[in-house]
Amino acid sequence: MFLKMEEVGKTFNDKESGGFEVFSEIDLNIEENQFVSLLGPSGCGKSTLLSMVAGLEDVTSGSIKLEGKEIKKAGPDRGMVFQQPSLFPWLNVKENVLFPLKGHGAKNEIEERADRFLQMVHLSRFKENYTHELSGGMQQRVAIARALAMDPKVLLMDEPFGALDEQTRHILHEELMKIWQETQKTILFVTHSIQEAIKLSDRVVVMGTRPGRIIADFSIDLPRPRKRDDERVIELERKVMDLLEGEINKVLREELHHEASY
Amino acid sequence: MKLAIKRIGFLVVVLGLWQLVYSIGVFEDIVFPSPIQVGGALYEGFADGDFIKALGASFRHLFMGLSLAILFGTVIGVLLGKSKQADETAGMYLIALQSIPSIVWVPLAIMLFGFSEFAVVFVVVLGGTFVMALNVRTAIYSVPPQLVRAARTMGTNGIPLFFRVEVPSSIPYFMTGLRLAWAFSWRALMAGELLSNGPGLGYSLRYAQDYARMDQVVAIIIIIGVIGAVVDQVVFSKLERNVRKRWGLLKS
Repeated sequence: MFLKMEEVGKTFNDKESGGFEVFSEIDLNIEENQFVSLLGPSGCGKSTLLSMVAGLEDVTSGSIKLEGKEIKKAGPDRGMVFQQPSLFPWLNVKENVLFPLKGHGAKNEIEERADRFLQMVHLSRFKENYTHELSGGMQQRVAIARALAMDPKVLLMDEPFGALDEQTRHILHEELMKIWQETQKTILFVTHSIQEAIKLSDRVVVMGTRPGRIIADFSIDLPRPRKRDDERVIELERKVMDLLEGEINKVLREELHHEASY
Repeated sequence: MKLAIKRIGFLVVVLGLWQLVYSIGVFEDIVFPSPIQVGGALYEGFADGDFIKALGASFRHLFMGLSLAILFGTVIGVLLGKSKQADETAGMYLIALQSIPSIVWVPLAIMLFGFSEFAVVFVVVLGGTFVMALNVRTAIYSVPPQLVRAARTMGTNGIPLFFRVEVPSSIPYFMTGLRLAWAFSWRALMAGELLSNGPGLGYSLRYAQDYARMDQVVAIIIIIGVIGAVVDQVVFSKLERNVRKRWGLLKS
């Protein structure tokens, strides 16, 4: 298996209450070249799990293996795109894409590489610009180019379009689909949008909360591009919605109960 | 253009009031010179080269003192910013040291190093170091954790992470530190020179006072003020603004 998570658990240390368990015993296997979404309400630990795959968070229990090798720390074999573009403001667009490539090849070779990925996200025209001169959507495209330029085995995306307006998000969905088909990357995509997950993914892993766990796993075998008014899409959306509604209600009830006990 | 008129107008009014106070004779002539006398002293001082020499000496002290202050301040600031242990141990004292007016160090400097130029430089160093250190510490704290996380996912860790992400990211705050270190050092320099055996602008000021040349005293005060403002505006504020603009922290 390409990316294998076995009985993965995460507990945050908290001085006051001792510890807060986000989830435990998560088992998830992801095949190469697949586009997999992690979908769930806030607090289910989907972003935490992604950060653990990235190596930015420690694994409390269990193991995460990429091509059989256990993940201990962050590395360029796993590219990450965050909700905030996280570009370096003192570098221009091209220099940002070059950042992870520095020292990994001859100068003209890596420059050519950076140019190629900037072209892929249609930003060749802006490569001399500073990042704060770009719109949010453009910045996020730079971040995608930067992550792809280092040729990671898997691309991790943490609600990458969450902070963008509807229009821009729609355009970026299409661009991401093209990029994915072109590069054949394995993508692990975290989102709380049901529509987004169904529109993009080969597979949607639905997570529940308190405790965080996997509650459903859908394979989506519909041809792309997927239309919002496609009946099969609507049907899937409804199914996932029903599942999540229970989870969200549970959180609300717990919070209300908590409130009442004071 | 309108701005220039406003400012010149203000200056004219102040000079007018000054002349008025002089003409009425509120103070004795020997302690309160007229604007024209001060103008004469300024011209004279520059014409015979006395002020130029004093300025040269002052800038030499400042250059040495400020360079050392920037160096020490940066080292201390990075240390405190990076090491929680160091900050918990020494961070509080830095603020205490920063709050000490630099003139307070002068007696100590004179006892330690005599009436030497080194004593003056010592005071300048103390004047600039702590404010620089505080700002460099803030600069290190201000590095967005998100950028560090992003860099780590690109395989950048340890020393390369420090030099490729943390250092460039903290430059805007570093620039603020530079500007403040300059301002504090300039004040410290005058305090130190005032009580020194010269040469230097502060020494010239006290010398003029000893000979009751109040026209020269006021002339030197004006020079000190003008240099302070010009260096801030032309060098440090401009530098800081350019960096902030370039880093996207200012709307251009």
